[in-house]
Amino acid sequence: MSNRKRTAIALGVGAAVVVAGAFVWAWPTFDISRSDVADDETRLADFTSQDEDAIARGEYVMRLGDCMACHEENFGGGYTVSTPFGGIVASNISPDIDSGIGNMTERDFFNALRHGRGSKGLLYPAMPYTEYTKLTDRDMHDLWAYMSTIEPVDNAIDEIADLGFPYNIRLAMAGWNVLFFDNEGFDEHPDQDEQWNRGRYIVNGPGHCATCHTSRNFLGGPKDGEYLSGGGLDIWFAPDITSNPHTGIGSTSTQELVEYLKTGANSTSFATGPMAEAIEHSTQYFTDDDLEAVASYLKATAPSSNVRHEPMTLNNEGPKSGALAYEVNCSACHGVAGEGMANIVPAFEGNNALLADDPTNLIHVMLMGGRAAHTQARPTGAGMPSFAWKMNDEEIATVLDHVRNSWGNGAAPVSVERVAELRSQLAARDKLATPQDEAHTD
Amino acid sequence: MASKRPKADVVIVGLGWSGALMAEELTRAGLNVVAIDRGAWQDTSTHTPPAVNPDELRWSSRKELLSPPKDNTMTFRNRLDQVAVPQRDYGILELGKGVGGAGFHWAGMAWRFNPWDFEVRTRTIERYGIERAEDGELQLQDWGVTYDELEPFYDRFERIAGISGTAGNINGEIKPGGNPYEGPRTREYPTPELKTLRMMEIFNDATRKMGHTPFTIPAANLSEPWVNPLGVAMGACSYCGFCLAYGCGNYSKSSPQACIFPALMRRPNFSVITEGCVIRVNKAEDGQTVTGVTYIDKGGREVEQPADIVCLTAFMVDNTRIMLNSEISEPYNPNTQEGVVGRNFSFQTISGAHMWFEDEQINPFVGAGALGSQIDDYNGDNFDHSDLDFIGGAGILTLSRDGLPIARAESLPEGTPRWGSDFKKAYAKYYQNYGILFNQGSSMPTRTGYLDLDPNYKDKFGVPLLRLTYDYAQNDRNMAAYTMDRAVEIAEQMGASHITPFNFAAEPFTTAKIASDHVIGGVPMGADPATSAVNPWLQSWDAHNLFVVGASAFPNNAGYNPTGTVGALAIRTARAIHERYVQNPGPLVES
Amino acid sequence: MKMNRREALRSLGALTASVTVAPYLGANEVKGFPQGTVLDEEFVPTPSHTGGLQVLNNDAHRRTLAAVFDRFIPADELGPSATQAGCIEFLDAQLAGPWGEGATMYRDTPLQPHAEELTQLPQFIATPRERYETGLEALNKWVSDNEDAEFADLAPERQDEILTGMEQGDIDLGQGVHTKAFFEMMLLSVREGYFSDPIYGGNRDMAGWKMIGFPGARYDYRLYADRTGEKLDLIPVSLIPQD
Repeated sequence: MSNRKRTAIALGVGAAVVVAGAFVWAWPTFDISRSDVADDETRLADFTSQDEDAIARGEYVMRLGDCMACHEENFGGGYTVSTPFGGIVASNISPDIDSGIGNMTERDFFNALRHGRGSKGLLYPAMPYTEYTKLTDRDMHDLWAYMSTIEPVDNAIDEIADLGFPYNIRLAMAGWNVLFFDNEGFDEHPDQDEQWNRGRYIVNGPGHCATCHTSRNFLGGPKDGEYLSGGGLDIWFAPDITSNPHTGIGSTSTQELVEYLKTGANSTSFATGPMAEAIEHSTQYFTDDDLEAVASYLKATAPSSNVRHEPMTLNNEGPKSGALAYEVNCSACHGVAGEGMANIVPAFEGNNALLADDPTNLIHVMLMGGRAAHTQARPTGAGMPSFAWKMNDEEIATVLDHVRNSWGNGAAPVSVERVAELRSQLAARDKLATPQDEAHTD
Repeated sequence: MASKRPKADVVIVGLGWSGALMAEELTRAGLNVVAIDRGAWQDTSTHTPPAVNPDELRWSSRKELLSPPKDNTMTFRNRLDQVAVPQRDYGILELGKGVGGAGFHWAGMAWRFNPWDFEVRTRTIERYGIERAEDGELQLQDWGVTYDELEPFYDRFERIAGISGTAGNINGEIKPGGNPYEGPRTREYPTPELKTLRMMEIFNDATRKMGHTPFTIPAANLSEPWVNPLGVAMGACSYCGFCLAYGCGNYSKSSPQACIFPALMRRPNFSVITEGCVIRVNKAEDGQTVTGVTYIDKGGREVEQPADIVCLTAFMVDNTRIMLNSEISEPYNPNTQEGVVGRNFSFQTISGAHMWFEDEQINPFVGAGALGSQIDDYNGDNFDHSDLDFIGGAGILTLSRDGLPIARAESLPEGTPRWGSDFKKAYAKYYQNYGILFNQGSSMPTRTGYLDLDPNYKDKFGVPLLRLTYDYAQNDRNMAAYTMDRAVEIAEQMGASHITPFNFAAEPFTTAKIASDHVIGGVPMGADPATSAVNPWLQSWDAHNLFVVGASAFPNNAGYNPTGTVGALAIRTARAIHERYVQNPGPLVES
Repeated sequence: MKMNRREALRSLGALTASVTVAPYLGANEVKGFPQGTVLDEEFVPTPSHTGGLQVLNNDAHRRTLAAVFDRFIPADELGPSATQAGCIEFLDAQLAGPWGEGATMYRDTPLQPHAEELTQLPQFIATPRERYETGLEALNKWVSDNEDAEFADLAPERQDEILTGMEQGDIDLGQGVHTKAFFEMMLLSVREGYFSDPIYGGNRDMAGWKMIGFPGARYDYRLYADRTGEKLDLIPVSLIPQD
């Protein structure tokens, strides 16, 4: 199952209902006049752009925005984003007249992407119009040109059929928008160089990084002061990507960041889960200039407030130790000293992605296994095996404490309760009973 | 009536090493390829991770990765006048059960054959005279391809598989540390040789003292991480000792899974039908070509897969059986030596010595499937056979492969009780003090060593089982006895306190005792359509769009494991298909 | 280049068929790399359970078998006996499972009378479960015909004589039982029980592995591989360590 789309849970559809009653007219939130630049005459179904350059640029904007992640490779939609309130289905954005967006004009398209106003009413922020609002007029025009070249797909979708009352009231999103939707275009910072500005544009606009990497408040809005500092996604955790040298990317070189986004891995880290999908569908297609811009911008962000932990004191002796569990279960791939295996398996030594206070990712892959990103540059996509059948919650916590606190690493203890919680949430199997257990309970 | 699938450019029957290597070449060239495998999908982390593998009972004793005799077996007899009997339990057939075939559970010895092995007939006549090549029993024939012609494809296979080793001959220059008898290589192995473990140390010291040249066996258990030409990355061997009959958990043993599938499976012009068992190739009305294959799907239904090109890349027993069932070419007749399908069965002629020491600490559990030292001084034609009563020879090797406690319980010095307290005492000591010298000998085809369809026994689909008629050639018996004596000399030099020589060829051949699992031939290649079923490009002489690839094509077996040569032949054939055949379909050589 | 190849191929036959024939839906066709991450159900190990015997329920049979097993592997200074290590429970679970059923065997008839001579090993259509049933029955019958007590109550020396007779072919249990083969099956079973992973019911506390110094279900010896000839004293580990 695709993991990435679950991230929309973080956008808290429930918030809508809370604020719907407190609806106030907040002009900037609903001002769509800057999209007057778009044509409002020609329907998408009625034209096909002949501007090859614009089409090619538009395809690239589509890659930057990772549209395929939810709308599928043929843009016919259908992918269900699961939320605590029910599933939201990605719409058909192919030029089909009846089931797609063939009836939309360019202006309608701008309204949807940049202002969250769809043909059926307000969009849910599962669609990141909150970030796409930064898209420039030119990128929007190019994307429109590209969309005109897509084959229509006949696939009627009721996006919110699974949402019960009152979550299915689209108008309620107006309230959410008032609180959290910053309806402003991209503005360059003249005091920063072009590369920084380009990086900021991609990160905050089409790349919509903050959607996952910024933690959310209880209403699903981004928390103040925690920009890109790491965000929980229920069954995954999007790590700190600020310049924090301990938990973020501060000690990672620009080159290593570029390599990671281009290939899915660098000398230490391998993407898996939602980020693997983002790399496979989106960032591997970025130009090197854009990847460098993204990396430079991230490295120039203010560091998060996440702190470095001193290593825990570990018990390295005996049959119950994390050290033995590591040697028996992990080292064949991750190395006898956490060094990993070049080009195929991540290292643990010096791997900041391991050290977040929130160990959800590590628990997740211990229970369910994982798979490294596969890209043109790195097609392997090696698998992390699942251990749910072999280890109980305590054993998983122990071995994770070991890898998070060895070879110079330091991190907060992994709670057994969090392992149990995820085991239940992910419907991972229980550790197998063996005759040895029974012999000891006789 | 059979269901019919959409036509493919190429259908590949069996997605093991041969099928995967060919599918990779052919899809990269733009052809639409459908593979059909009788097994289910299996992969590293989801099927054989490190936490599942180290389980001797499951994988070595119960052989759960192997195709069970219930589904795939054959009947066997030594002589034409006997009624063949089915092999009912696991025997010498160690076929793969899932996708990846035997390439998923193999040990990993990754040899090139010696140049001599491809031209046994010609070179024997040249060096020793025709009477040695035609002794009335042997049926020798050249392959129609030489080592030099195959070298680039050996090289390609080794790069894809990341083989670990030390070259002994680069472009004719003999290199220290390698096998001085090997054919000239164009370059060094992709990754360095594996570590030298205790049993190898003892062997190396002893054989050097005796004037031999020991070297580390080239291994598909990789000494260090490797990225192959397809961009696929592999890991480094951790010496866990669970390779032969096991999947590899850390991507360090070369297999279709570890080396090819990550690239192949993501190509839009490739798919694999799993749990479909091909029962025949369908002939076209023109009599010159085939139209595709018919298989039985998971639900027991017959399905037709049409294709412009058919590649049989199953294990040799299945390639041969499908050819016989499809009535593509004339079956071999052992009485007249006419006919081509089923001829030139050969095996591996095994002798050697078990050795026990008194105060060694072998730590046998540290190992790798292909890890060992070998001398080639008595292999192939590396030594003068003028005064000997045989041709061919054996690689004499010692293993640092594994220390499996159930199996090792049988490896105690002669006269030791096999049970009771004395057994326990002996086993507690000799578990750390046992070693083997294994002579992996060549095997020459005979006039009466062949495969046909059994008249009495059928498989679960009602298709006749393959019937093997075979016994060791006197030539090979003599070779095995000679090399056994050499092994005993080495064991003595190594300082073993107890030595028990063994020679499988001293008894009649049997499928029940697992001397080796290297079964060879049945659809032999060659330059003469009267004595070969496929031409030197492994193209059927009788249907030019049918290629039969694998050890089924070897006209004789060498004193080495076959996989490297299987891989090289598969790549060479795939290249010939997309570089030559597709442009101008027809026979690639004149008959 | 690619187009040329494809076009050349078309001359072979009707490639166009591929667009007109409806796809066959019954196939197990794998397209793309399977994206699963959890351990496939078929590959999850099957530990035995001690919730009572499933096959070896005949007390007289089991008593004899236990006595045989404990002559094969007696308790001594090197470790517990076979039954103390759980070999009966191990075998029971094996007999109850696919191995006991002969699930992998080719069992079509007829069993040729010369099969053993030809293959040089005894050949069976009977399953291991059936062979244990008939073998133990025949052994008990032989003992009751020839001895004054049940096998389990005989002196150890006498038990050993009988077992040696079976091993060497001097005793034929009759009853259609291949005595030597039955002996070998029992001996292999006890070894399997004593030296296989404890999750299968035998090798309790990894006693068998400790006896010979096998470190068990480990997967990485790189830390030790260079220490050739040294005693390593590694703690043995089960495939699924107990809680």
